Amino acid sequence: MSTATDMDKQLRVNPIECSGHGACAELLPEMISLDEWGYPLIDPRPVPPALERQARRAVNGCPVLALQLGRKP
Amino acid sequence: MPLRRGESTASRSGPDGLPRLLPADTTRPEGLRGHLARHGFVPYRNDRLRLAGDLRAAGLTGRGGASFPVYRKLEAVTAVGGRPFVVANGAESEPASSKDASLMWLAPHLVLDGLQLAVEAVGAHEACLYVHDTEGGQLTSALQSALSERWSARIDRVPVRLAVAPPRFLAGQETAMVNLLNGGLALPTFAPPRVFERGVAGAPTLVQNVETLAHIGLIARYGADWFRRVGTRAEPGSMLSTINHADGSVRIIEAAIGTPLRSLLAADLGTDGIDGPAQAILAGGYHGTWIPAPRAAELTLDNAGLRPVGASVGAGVLAALPAAHCGLAETARVAHYLALESAGQCGPCLNGLPRIAKGLATLAGMRPPRQVRKDIERWAGLVAGRGACSHPDGSVRFVRSALTVFAAELRHHERGVCSATARRPFLPLPPATALSDEDWS
Repeated sequence: MSTATDMDKQLRVNPIECSGHGACAELLPEMISLDEWGYPLIDPRPVPPALERQARRAVNGCPVLALQLGRKP
Repeated sequence: MPLRRGESTASRSGPDGLPRLLPADTTRPEGLRGHLARHGFVPYRNDRLRLAGDLRAAGLTGRGGASFPVYRKLEAVTAVGGRPFVVANGAESEPASSKDASLMWLAPHLVLDGLQLAVEAVGAHEACLYVHDTEGGQLTSALQSALSERWSARIDRVPVRLAVAPPRFLAGQETAMVNLLNGGLALPTFAPPRVFERGVAGAPTLVQNVETLAHIGLIARYGADWFRRVGTRAEPGSMLSTINHADGSVRIIEAAIGTPLRSLLAADLGTDGIDGPAQAILAGGYHGTWIPAPRAAELTLDNAGLRPVGASVGAGVLAALPAAHCGLAETARVAHYLALESAGQCGPCLNGLPRIAKGLATLAGMRPPRQVRKDIERWAGLVAGRGACSHPDGSVRFVRSALTVFAAELRHHERGVCSATARRPFLPLPPATALSDEDWS
């Protein structure tokens, strides 16, 4: 059984919009790294409350607005 | 043709045994007259909820590949509210599959009955039949005639528009189809919104495979108990399957779900302990899974039976690869095709699939460097689960199963030997590949 609650926020990238700019990995290296082609590999676990501010900064910092923070769809 | 609306179907018990969907005479299409003689008038329910209940009791699942319970899709679309739209998806894009085209050619009216019943069940006012323009336009013109005939005979209550899918592997993918029907290109989009929430013209959209609709046409007439007379308890009913035999012949058969693969592929797998001509079976098409022939001979055609080898029934495609052909070379050809058929929208798929295909081409040659297999496995891990559609996931499933099933052949290649004696390509691949936006419209 999952311990996730409705309050859990998850990072998700729209892979069509993402152009591999890489800003997200610089702003949130705790949860995002880049693959060998420069596209983000995102930690699928809920964003810990301590990182939520930083996660929002990464979302706002994406030049093509491809990164989303929200409840698991 | 004069038709009496009151023709009762209540006394009909339904065809015994199989086939159920295909007419007895498969040499020519079943016209409206023959169809009505066989099955009677469309059993409209005049009640929106009854069909979903029957389909739930029947246990009907989608026959387009995903095996999703049909009643749940109906309920999801109606729950959204507003006026839904219904699409019959006949855009069978798998090069090794032709069961949907065969069904629409031989029994168009059964499919169109099911479409009208689905339309009634969700309260739609519009519907569309989405198909590939195969056989030089013969299929689409036959379907257009069938639709006109039904409209003049006042059989259809809601008009059905025929839409032609571009000859792309991904054209039948739900979001790509909706994009095209909305005036765009047949390119997948990122969900949400899912098409059942917001699809064609923004309406909640029910998409059902054409074979699924044909089953609906039968269940509405003969009932859930009749439907369950064949198949397994967990996966009831029958399904169409395209069987690509090792001798190069292709057959469309309707089998009870759970039928042993050994009986469907008797000529390929051999019988009574004698090995047949096939070395491996590809289940589920080019997004599917290779299975070694001796293992396939122990399996059955149902998801529960295929799960232990990581396979699923998908849309019923089976291909028997003859022992004389190189599994690595065949996989490399298909992987190249899959890479070219990527919509090219998502970075990992765009970058990963061509590299994987190139790596496989190296493995198909002699004395490939050891690193190549490791590269392919790493790229496969980087591609899976990272696209807007299932193309990367399906392509990776196919490639990974090949690396396992043809591992012995790979060791031969590393020593500079290929055990294949036939060089002629075996698995069917269409020649065309998209070059510009026009090829996606």
